[in-house]
Amino acid sequence: MRKFFFSSLIIIAAVFAFSCNKGSGDEILIGEFGSLTGSEATFGISSTNGLKLAVEEMNNSGGLLGKKIRLITYDDQGKPSEAQTVVQRLIKNDNVVAVIGEVASSRSKAGAPICQQNKIPMITPASTNPEVTAIGDYIFRVCFIDPFQATVVSKFILNTLKLKKVALLKDVKNAYSTGLADFFEKEFRNMGGEIVEVQSFQAGDKDFKAQLTSIKAKNPEAIFIPAYYTDVNLISIQAREIGLTVPLIGSDGWESEKLTEGKAKDALEGCYFSTHVSTENPDPAIQNFIKKYKEKYGSMPDAMSFLAYDAGMILFDAMKRAGTTDAEKVKNELAKTKDYNGVTGKISINEQRNAIKPAVILEIKGGHFKYKETVQP
Amino acid sequence: MTEFVQQVFNGLSLGSIYALIALGYTMIYGILRFINFAHGDVFMIGAFSGYYLGILFSFSTAGGGASLALALLVLIGAMLITGVLGFTIEKLAYKPLRKSPKLTILITAIGVSLFLEYSGQLVFGADPKSFPSLLENKPIINLSGAVIGSNPLVVLVTAALLMIGLRLIVMKTKIGTAMRAVSYNPTAASLMGININAVISFTFIIGSSLAGAAGILYGLNYPSIDPLMGILPGIKAFVAAVLGGIGNIPGAAIGGMIIGLLETFVTGYISPTYRDAIAFGILILILLFKPTGLLGKKEIEKV
Repeated sequence: MRKFFFSSLIIIAAVFAFSCNKGSGDEILIGEFGSLTGSEATFGISSTNGLKLAVEEMNNSGGLLGKKIRLITYDDQGKPSEAQTVVQRLIKNDNVVAVIGEVASSRSKAGAPICQQNKIPMITPASTNPEVTAIGDYIFRVCFIDPFQATVVSKFILNTLKLKKVALLKDVKNAYSTGLADFFEKEFRNMGGEIVEVQSFQAGDKDFKAQLTSIKAKNPEAIFIPAYYTDVNLISIQAREIGLTVPLIGSDGWESEKLTEGKAKDALEGCYFSTHVSTENPDPAIQNFIKKYKEKYGSMPDAMSFLAYDAGMILFDAMKRAGTTDAEKVKNELAKTKDYNGVTGKISINEQRNAIKPAVILEIKGGHFKYKETVQP
Repeated sequence: MTEFVQQVFNGLSLGSIYALIALGYTMIYGILRFINFAHGDVFMIGAFSGYYLGILFSFSTAGGGASLALALLVLIGAMLITGVLGFTIEKLAYKPLRKSPKLTILITAIGVSLFLEYSGQLVFGADPKSFPSLLENKPIINLSGAVIGSNPLVVLVTAALLMIGLRLIVMKTKIGTAMRAVSYNPTAASLMGININAVISFTFIIGSSLAGAAGILYGLNYPSIDPLMGILPGIKAFVAAVLGGIGNIPGAAIGGMIIGLLETFVTGYISPTYRDAIAFGILILILLFKPTGLLGKKEIEKV
């Protein structure tokens, strides 16, 4: 019994020793959570790369408020439950002053309530589901929201492609996908389009032929698939296999170099998706960022890298204006962000803590994403 | 009508993969009276063997040097690898426990399954990989709008050939006769001079290599593989084996086809949300009304 008592004492002491990882006085600790592994791995990797670039730049130009910034990144493996755990860890064990993450809306929705409860500002770089920032006044985003994205895609299909009969294939396990699908359904019908079939799947499914066959029977002119790239890759291949040749239209969840991997390179030829930024844009801010990113990582950035960079920079800017890392003051400054010149364009945060920004449509050609058009809000 | 024809075909090609996995479950159950829960993960290893062999034989993932001979080579290679894996698993994990209670060996099987899944994540990485296109997929039959591709057809034919081959081994060869004897009564079989260990090893090799083949066929049809891909097909195949009557080889094949068709119809005509619920609902119904499955025989417990 005595032995047990002592050993438990040692364990408790050890836990305390390890958990009190207070930033030493001359560091500002920023937490990040993202899917570095799993089926949305490129989302996490691209955004952490972009954010690291922002941190490095700040540190090289003398730091923030006279201190160096240190970024702590945890992998949530693409699971909402894991996202909750790591956000808890960032706040409770690492004592970060702000949190940046996630790309996927379901995981941002899992992490945000914890940030809100602990009154730690959180900025999501790329979660577009409107409910994310509705969680509380400490939750912000630097991207557009899905009702806008739905309008953009609807306009593009009706006005640019001049197609009227569209089928919808959504992922029912994914808040982003169901949310965007609902907004699209409403918007597209309002604008005079016709939704001929709505089919669904569950993230992680490999067989989509049953749904695609049902869609094919309704003869749509295009299929809108608001989903993530791993699933879209398989869907596109199987659609072509059963002889479904109409264009597939997507949203910013498609943005990954892995989208066109393997046979999907041919399957997705001539398809379109909406996203936040085009790397073909000649804007010097964008080209400059691409150059820096390529030098450091040897690969092309995608929209997630741009947005994470902006998320970091907007946070640092708010801290600079607040003159402190005090959560409440930083939150108030974040809410006042107006016309900030980011790499994804001018960013202003509105009352719902969302950014108002244009969207771009990209066309897939030979496995690459080519700029098609910009839609203003 | 064309939609229905296409759905039937989709279901059959999915079902034939379930059937191949189910065969392994049912054979091992027939011999050892236990469910090898690691079987779905052997299927995953089969798919990854195909992935690495495919790269080794330098297929481009976009479908460059695809040819039937090389695809066959990958298939046989993956079957060999999973066969050896099945043999090793039995020797290391299950054989030392043969005299232990059934529950011990069942828990060990779950342990082996988790071991394969998570060491798979460590070795292969947790992100999905794009399976190389071993064969070019050409639309073969075009029945008034229902397009039937060559790959699903290849899957169906390969699965059928493997099942016929298994049937021949079990019914016509000496080792097959020994397998049936061990399945019928292990003690009597060993008294008649049958080497039980050899029969058990052989069963594991055959069952696992069928799972390996299923892995390749799966990759051919659904070219995205990850270390956790074996869990759900493994469970579905288990349901298929129970549906057909566990321990019964034709039963497993029929069970696999039924599950594949049902899943496709439920997804296509009702909703994918109910797909798994219906597969497992069937399992519950069978256990309630015909616990021995469609083709299973009633076993009399002797006291």
